[in-house]
Amino acid sequence: MTPITRRGFAALAGASALTLSAPALLRAQTAGRMVVIGGGFGGASAARFASIHYPEVAVTLVEPQPTFITCPYGNLILGGKRTLADITHSYDGLVARGIEVIHDRAAGIDPDGHSVQLANGTVLDYDKLILSPGISLRWGAIEGYDEAAAEIFPHAWMGGDGSQITLLRQQLEALPEGGVVGLAIPPNPFRCPPGPYERISMIAHHLKQANPTAKILAFDAKDAFSKQGLFEDGWAELYGDMIEWVPASLDGTIVRVDPGNKLFISEFGEEHRVDLGNVIPPQQAASIAQETGLTNESGWVPVAPLTFEATAAADIHVIGDANIGSPMPKSGYIANSTSKTAVAAALADVTGREAWADPVYFNTCYSHIGQDYGISVVGVFRPGEEGIAETPDSGGVSPRGPLAEKAPDRALEARYADAWYDSITKDMFS
Amino acid sequence: MKPIHMALTLAGGLLLPQTATADDAGHLLAQSCAGCHGQEGAGVGAAPAIAGISAEDFIAMWAEFQADERPATIMNRIARGYTDEEIAALAAYFAAKD
Repeated sequence: MTPITRRGFAALAGASALTLSAPALLRAQTAGRMVVIGGGFGGASAARFASIHYPEVAVTLVEPQPTFITCPYGNLILGGKRTLADITHSYDGLVARGIEVIHDRAAGIDPDGHSVQLANGTVLDYDKLILSPGISLRWGAIEGYDEAAAEIFPHAWMGGDGSQITLLRQQLEALPEGGVVGLAIPPNPFRCPPGPYERISMIAHHLKQANPTAKILAFDAKDAFSKQGLFEDGWAELYGDMIEWVPASLDGTIVRVDPGNKLFISEFGEEHRVDLGNVIPPQQAASIAQETGLTNESGWVPVAPLTFEATAAADIHVIGDANIGSPMPKSGYIANSTSKTAVAAALADVTGREAWADPVYFNTCYSHIGQDYGISVVGVFRPGEEGIAETPDSGGVSPRGPLAEKAPDRALEARYADAWYDSITKDMFS
Repeated sequence: MKPIHMALTLAGGLLLPQTATADDAGHLLAQSCAGCHGQEGAGVGAAPAIAGISAEDFIAMWAEFQADERPATIMNRIARGYTDEEIAALAAYFAAKD
């Protein structure tokens, strides 16, 4: 169907009010138009939620990829526990709900004109824009790490077309016996705080079976990380001395790479030769957020804690990894949870319904450390006068303890992690 | 005139503004549960269904999670983050689901 753009609709109305009695128009979603940029955890959830609970609003979703490949559970491909097909999701369910899904890239936003220009030249007018564009990688922040280098040292930190995670899996399978896997892990803030450490775990899970004399050297630009105690317990219990984590204080910050010679170079000039390099570079909000002038000097987007409206532009609500949501993590669950608050806030003055006055933002991040070995961190957050705050005396990580004692809990959490994946992707795409 | 006002005027009485009801709080709070427990509490895989639990049982279970008196991996950590009013709203929402 050809959508009636907001601009077109107004022009039509001005031309002849009588034509508005046409039945087709009366059935149209006439309360307003919401455009969503980005079809991931934030954007797909937002579009779906709006289509169910605000049927009077026309929803258009703009996403360049024909299908969505999740970052969560991508590490399980490395561990041999999932295939790319398992983590690839269709937009057909959203189309069936009446959402207009346009597979093109949003090339620019005109905040004053309330319109989005697509790469193919189409202009979409909006009353409210939900911007969930994700991250961009800061090419060059690590000297020598550019798009060409990523074909040798994959980042595998954005789902994209799946080629990066596929390349990393292929390299892992081709690792020489007793070879060295190097990881470069970025400073905060970045997408998926426990993700690099789950990745280390899943690589070790694969190597333990396929290449047990191999080593993993994880170079970190930080001295502490998410669920650290639990990860380190699990690594010691399952993988012995296969994994060495090198914190920033022990010269773990990688500042330069030389993909041709398979080298990582540290802050203090130490050269580390690796057989396989996974470089997770520093990040910032996706380029469209930068180009629209929504970001601050940090490279991320300041937003209102209660509505996620961008500080720099009215009627643009920025959700997901691109915004500054600290202390909330840049996680899929937070993108999903906050998408609904943002939609309710955005559509309140479009539909005349009330926004959510006292929202709760909810997060759980599961990580797989090995077979039947899952751990989690829970966070319950609320907007307040000083920004977003974690609810006191709640949340936190799985209790630590020896595996002999904790094995049933770890196994249960692994199963619940799988349930989370299936449930949240239903909440995005079904 | 902003376009949205135009649209509302044109639609006339067909789209009366709706006001928030008590159900809205439960419905919005329950969105977070859909991350694991399926759509409207239907359950997914190992995550149990929570639709149709009576409000009384729901509130009692929640209190047990809060007090670590019920076996749990994460629900105890979650339960302690919600107020009595929010728990009551969630209980009413899920009790009303099949």
